[in-house]
Amino acid sequence: MIKKTVSGVQEALNGVQDGMTFMLGGFGLCGIPENAISELVRLGITDITCISNNAGVDDFGLGLLLQQHQIKKMISSYVGENDEFERQMLSGELEVELTPQGTLAEKCRAAQAGFPAFYTPAGYGTEVANGKETREFNGKMYVLEEAFKADFAFVKAWKGDEAGNLIFKGTARNFNPCMCGAAKITVAEVEELLPAGSLDPNEIHIPGIFVQRIFQGQHYEKRIEQRTVRQKN
Amino acid sequence: MLDKNGIAKRIAKEVKDGYYVNLGIGIPTLVANFVRNDIEVEFQSENGVLGMGPFPFEGEEDADIINAGKQTITTLPGASFFDSATSFGMIRGQHVDLTILGAMEVAENGDIANWKIPGKMVKGMGGAMDLVASAENIIVAMMHTNKAGQSKLLKKCTLPLTGVGCVKKIVSNMAVLEVRDNAFHLLERAPGVSVEEIKKATEGKLIVEGTIPEMVL
Repeated sequence: MIKKTVSGVQEALNGVQDGMTFMLGGFGLCGIPENAISELVRLGITDITCISNNAGVDDFGLGLLLQQHQIKKMISSYVGENDEFERQMLSGELEVELTPQGTLAEKCRAAQAGFPAFYTPAGYGTEVANGKETREFNGKMYVLEEAFKADFAFVKAWKGDEAGNLIFKGTARNFNPCMCGAAKITVAEVEELLPAGSLDPNEIHIPGIFVQRIFQGQHYEKRIEQRTVRQKN
Repeated sequence: MLDKNGIAKRIAKEVKDGYYVNLGIGIPTLVANFVRNDIEVEFQSENGVLGMGPFPFEGEEDADIINAGKQTITTLPGASFFDSATSFGMIRGQHVDLTILGAMEVAENGDIANWKIPGKMVKGMGGAMDLVASAENIIVAMMHTNKAGQSKLLKKCTLPLTGVGCVKKIVSNMAVLEVRDNAFHLLERAPGVSVEEIKKATEGKLIVEGTIPEMVL
């Protein structure tokens, strides 16, 4: 067994530097790597590019990095929940590359799987396709999109083992599996870190080969963005 | 004239037994409340769940189980979770039978704009561009006119496009229309709305053939 465990978040983020490109899992605030984000805030590195479906809210998730002006560029599909984000974007402090959500996921998966690029119909005929190669297949038009290149991927899983194998929970899965192995170094934080052999190999979502460092996460807040309930009657 | 629930109720009649359906945020989300309960339908949410159920009871919310609107939800028997690339594989690969989404503008050639108002609102397209580019069966839920009374069914979209030539059907607060051959074809009127009123509220080319029935809700 090849061991991937590191002592904690500080060791896990060893090597992160100003100007790097990071992938961060999560959809809204669901399944975000809370520990890695806190450590990036503490380290105070700047000029970073973040590939993440959303940009957090003002006081949680990637919003914490925005507050400290650590992010130079965001690559996201939807950024509507964050006033500070909007302010920085409109004032030109923050560069933003809006990407269709399925394309964003596939640019991660392509990087993971070794494809330099792929064709997708999403965005054809819109400003997203500006400057990109387009091509017809079977009478339909497609846009050529390139795989992401990133230095670190920070993902959050539910359970993991010493070998780096991961299992996700519910819709906290989202972009996390697509980002594993899609950057030079993948760092996984888990709610429950177990000895090798504790997880059933049949139920692994992401094999450990895609993960370089894994650690037991601490103090998960798991904030809910839109608490919607129905009444018992 | 229909309200938002009325639009959702009319669209629900388009949902057939055995359909996998993706519902957008806003009016489309309401459609789930009106689907007949004698048919089997599974709702897909692009953040990674198939077989979405109603909102949880108070105290049973789970931060790890949400829909694409970031609302806490539940799942029904037979549900599954999956990653974002798989989710858009379902959409791009045309495994989802029906997509229902909102629009700011639709043009007579089927172009749709619903993600950006330059200088005002730039939140992003989310999954809308993937959905409209791939879905074979798209229904747009929208208001026929804006708050100033101007038509949102246009000759040509004025806002940045989400997709080209993709809308086939619209259910508005005034009418049901089919979009084909570079025109809006009037199929049904909302209760109490006349063909004349619909003509006045539609800037794009409107085809009215024969007697137009009133919607049955």
